[in-house]
Amino acid sequence: MKILVAVKRVIDYNVQIRVKEDGTGVVTDNVKMSTNPPDDNAIEEAVKIKEAGKATEVVAVTVGEEKAQETVRKALAVGADRGVHVKVDGILEPLAVSKILQKIVDKEKPDLVFMGKQAIDDDCNQTGQMLSALLNWPQATFASKIDVKDNKLEVTREIDEGLETIEINVPAIVTCDLRLNEPRYASLPNIMKAKKKPIEEIAASDLGVDVSPRLEQLKVEDPPKRKAGIKVANVAELVQKLKNEAKVI
Amino acid sequence: MAVLLIAEHNNKELRPFTLNAATAASQIDSDVHAVIIGQNSADAAKQLSELPVVKKVLSVEAAHYENFTAENFAPVIVKLAEKYSHIVSSANTFGKNLMPRIAAHLDTSQVSDIIKVISPDTFLRPIYAGNAFATIKSNDAKKCVTIRPTSFDPCESTGGSAAIEKVDASEEFSNTKFIKREEIKSDRPELGTARIVVSGGRGMQSGDNFKLITEIADKLGAAIGASRAAVDAGYISNDHQVGQTGKVVVPDLYIAVGISGAIQHLAGMKESKVIVAINKDGEAPIFSVADYGLEADLFEALPQFMEELNKLNTIQK
Repeated sequence: MKILVAVKRVIDYNVQIRVKEDGTGVVTDNVKMSTNPPDDNAIEEAVKIKEAGKATEVVAVTVGEEKAQETVRKALAVGADRGVHVKVDGILEPLAVSKILQKIVDKEKPDLVFMGKQAIDDDCNQTGQMLSALLNWPQATFASKIDVKDNKLEVTREIDEGLETIEINVPAIVTCDLRLNEPRYASLPNIMKAKKKPIEEIAASDLGVDVSPRLEQLKVEDPPKRKAGIKVANVAELVQKLKNEAKVI
Repeated sequence: MAVLLIAEHNNKELRPFTLNAATAASQIDSDVHAVIIGQNSADAAKQLSELPVVKKVLSVEAAHYENFTAENFAPVIVKLAEKYSHIVSSANTFGKNLMPRIAAHLDTSQVSDIIKVISPDTFLRPIYAGNAFATIKSNDAKKCVTIRPTSFDPCESTGGSAAIEKVDASEEFSNTKFIKREEIKSDRPELGTARIVVSGGRGMQSGDNFKLITEIADKLGAAIGASRAAVDAGYISNDHQVGQTGKVVVPDLYIAVGISGAIQHLAGMKESKVIVAINKDGEAPIFSVADYGLEADLFEALPQFMEELNKLNTIQK
């Protein structure tokens, strides 16, 4: 079984986001960038499946500018075998990314495609589902547990009501929740070894995919600020304030 | 052209956020039709027909719709979409799972998780865990939109009498099989719609200690929330998680106990009307959004809180 894992480069989850003064977006210059956190879970799961002898190859793919390749390199350092970097400048909508990934799937012919359930920058939560629609493959979204059984996967999904378990036939798409596993850190020797692993570079324009934007971002602004509150001295004062001032209990 | 609302239900009754999504749909266009896909779901379809904002109900029933699998739902909606300008659903796990599959089939760029309808083609949505708001205009002929339920009031649920039209089922998608759903049953209000939420974080230190929260929640008629750290640590199940990758809540009162207030958690609760933070670390970021902050050891504060509540003559429910 061959697993393709899609990874995205995003502003690091610990960075305090600043909106650009001209309202065209958020500040990304000199800001720490990382792999989208649930994409790390996707890589980890693929590598674990390979280590368990149930997969033969893990290929990491990213779609993005020059520096997006760092996320593929990181995936190689934690156990992916090789990488694919689809180069494109600017921000693509999930629909365009899923069309590009479809082309990569056509070329690589993986049995499984893993990725994070949502990217923490645009919070769209679309790409996995869109790719699975384009391929007409089954989709297991928000996965917190994956059991590989021959040509099937049993996947536990986190849903609003609790947990759901489904069985999907491969080829299939799985989008990963943060609770799926604990991503490992890359060791220094593995980081060095990863530098020698191959990354194939493909220009998005060579894939024959229409990636033109359908959405216009008219403005990006700060959310309304909350007014600073007060500190209360003790529990009695807190309950009194909630009862008589805020009138919520 | 009219707007098509996708109803969320459990085959017996509508799930509450369908009413919020109906409100959002009606703000896009007053001509709202609603599709309900299920099995033996006639009662829920009738309920849907009674929403005054819904002008027509399309009901699709088949055995393979019983468990709401997106692979089965999407083709039905894609077929119906021809007659509609917009497809709308909630941005909860139901809509998040389903809508992109529809959008891709329609070759449409979806607009996710909107918090405001500015015009029929322009919407406001949070990005970066709510640390920025983006105004997005869709230039697609057909628009697929998911709405953040807590940003729209539920519509009236009675008084309407829309016609219910039967629609043919699509073929079953055979590569996905539903096995089971483990729903955590509780007599408490639903987290997403509760008036009061009491949440615990890593500071609770164990699942057992959550009973301090449970007691207070029961006294206040509140739902129980949790930070991701508490869920990851196994103190409480995933359906309680509030935050960027969990649920978004906007209660009248949110009490955060032993929660430091990472931006990912704030994303799920900072629109709450009144926020209380109880934390022994006076520098915890949660205090920056709290209306009332109490710097205290939660193991002392929570029993005292319960005592103080017991002294009150009346408690709003």
